[in-house]
Amino acid sequence: MSHWIAACAVDDIEQEDVARFDHEGRTFAIYRSPDDAFFATDGVCTHEKVHLADGLVMDHIIECPKHNGRFDYRTGKAQGAPVCVSLKTYTVKVEGDRVWINLD
Amino acid sequence: MIRPSEPIIIVGAGQAGVRAALALREQGYDGSLLLIGDEPQLPYERPPLSKQVLLGSREPDQCTIGGADLFMEQDIRLLTGVRVERIRREISSIALDDGATLAYSKLLLATGGRVRTVTVQGAGLAGVHYLRTIEDALQLKAQLLPGQRVVVVGGGFIGLEVAASARTLGCSVTVLEAGERLAARALPPQLSEKLLQLHRARGVDVQLQSRIEAFAGTTVVQGVALEDGRNVPCDIIVVGIGIAPNVELAVEAGLAVVNGIRVNHRLQTSDEHIYAVGDVCEFPSALTGRTMRLETWRNAEEQGKHAARTLLGHDENFSALPWFWSDQFDYSLQIAGEPHMAAHCIERPLTDDGLLIFFLNEQQQLVAACGWGRGNSIAKDIKIAEILIKARRTIAHEALADPAIGLKSLLKGTSDA
Ligand SMILES: Cc1cc2nc3c(=O)[nH]c(=O)nc-3n(C[C@H](O)[C@H](O)[C@H](O)COP(=O)(O)OP(=O)(O)OC[C@H]3O[C@@H](n4cnc5c(N)ncnc54)[C@H](O)[C@@H]3O)c2cc1C
Ligand code: FES
Repeated sequence: MSHWIAACAVDDIEQEDVARFDHEGRTFAIYRSPDDAFFATDGVCTHEKVHLADGLVMDHIIECPKHNGRFDYRTGKAQGAPVCVSLKTYTVKVEGDRVWINLD
Repeated sequence: MIRPSEPIIIVGAGQAGVRAALALREQGYDGSLLLIGDEPQLPYERPPLSKQVLLGSREPDQCTIGGADLFMEQDIRLLTGVRVERIRREISSIALDDGATLAYSKLLLATGGRVRTVTVQGAGLAGVHYLRTIEDALQLKAQLLPGQRVVVVGGGFIGLEVAASARTLGCSVTVLEAGERLAARALPPQLSEKLLQLHRARGVDVQLQSRIEAFAGTTVVQGVALEDGRNVPCDIIVVGIGIAPNVELAVEAGLAVVNGIRVNHRLQTSDEHIYAVGDVCEFPSALTGRTMRLETWRNAEEQGKHAARTLLGHDENFSALPWFWSDQFDYSLQIAGEPHMAAHCIERPLTDDGLLIFFLNEQQQLVAACGWGRGNSIAKDIKIAEILIKARRTIAHEALADPAIGLKSLLKGTSDA
């Protein structure tokens, strides 16, 4: 069952950047890629519970602010030590000037 | 890949040794692999010990680098609670404390360091603690009860992290630092000052230029006597005055050892079959070629991974930049690069008391950066600084000083970006 939530405005995130979105006790990270596509993953690193939105986005990689663990935010896949557990990803759509994510 | 008949043996199952073992498998090494550590537990990470473990927000089993099943899965033979007593290079074997002798094809020394201890009168009293191992952390944690009077000897990172944790737990805390400022070896004066202000604002009594003379008490510690005649009463003392690298095995085996075990750019010791990584080794800096020894988590990780490659025959220079973080109260600090190489230093104030400091050499190339701020607020900027340092970029002072200019915009034209 889909469960769409309006996460933020398109303009809230710059190209090749990330923003934090909290909803009902959960934290998500929303990304805008260099080619202007939007993606969403769980918002905390799987290594330690650190907010990924404080990290650096380069191309399609988010690098965790704490120990520089890397994930491909399109797939959530962990890119190697020290992170070994991948991130859960969510489908995203843009309607008008809003970014929506599907929390099902 | 040639499959040696004898195992690759790693001595020391800390951050560097474990990372090397796992990376050897990631690199496709399918020969026999033995990881030996003298601590009884499964390998664990030390950074949480002075932070989350003391605060009670993380249990010891949440600090492990990998569970027992990971080592089984990766076919890494892990011997815990076993000490390597000797290296016999002439027959390429090591002797264990249980009498066994094991032959190796290649040996990796990742023996880390142990705490430096004080020798003053009263040093052996109950209530005097050090912090390096998980056992140390659990013993100390049991003592850090609200209202206890804690003296921390040493205003370096471990001492200050313990002070912050103890204060958060409701202890009354005094830090005694012999030098003129906090963490002076690693930090520029501006950040020492930030640390001092934070600790004082949170109620830690920081006393600079305080040299200890003796610990007072009959069986249990009751106070610290200072050289200037003052006496600081207390219930617990935590000593954090640095570590000594565990070089004895290497020295006895006749390997080159100065401040640590000397290695070349491939992390190879003076014996071509023996490598060394982590807190115990002294290696040539990628930026300056000067030898250095680092006691940091990321150095252990990066050198572990690098050694895995060079053990398998790749001829690659170790080129990771030094990088360090510390967490105290709700603030964090990060340092990247080599600040001591700087000719100029530029500050960029951030909102909410944060501060970035950039270090440039004579040629105006960025050589280091430090950041201070709440939570992980400065992490992104330090990461960008790292890329700029690696790219040996020359950068206008104004751009670095102006918080309105996003650092990411300076990456344009940098090949790593
Ligand atoms: C409390 C604390 C907090 C820290 N916080 C931070 C931080 O915030 N940021 C940061 O960057 N760094 C931090 N560090 C430093 C970081 O943990 C170390 O740099 C890192 O652990 C070094 O790893 P290593 O594998 O080289 O050595 P170690 O972790 O010391 O591991 C070496 C292992 O080898 C074993 N060994 C030694 N000799 C033998 C032998 N003969 N036979 C068998 N085994 C042997 C030792 O017992 C040990 O288990 C902290 C350290 C401590 C103690
Ligand atoms: S918390 Fe993200 S890499 Fe460690």
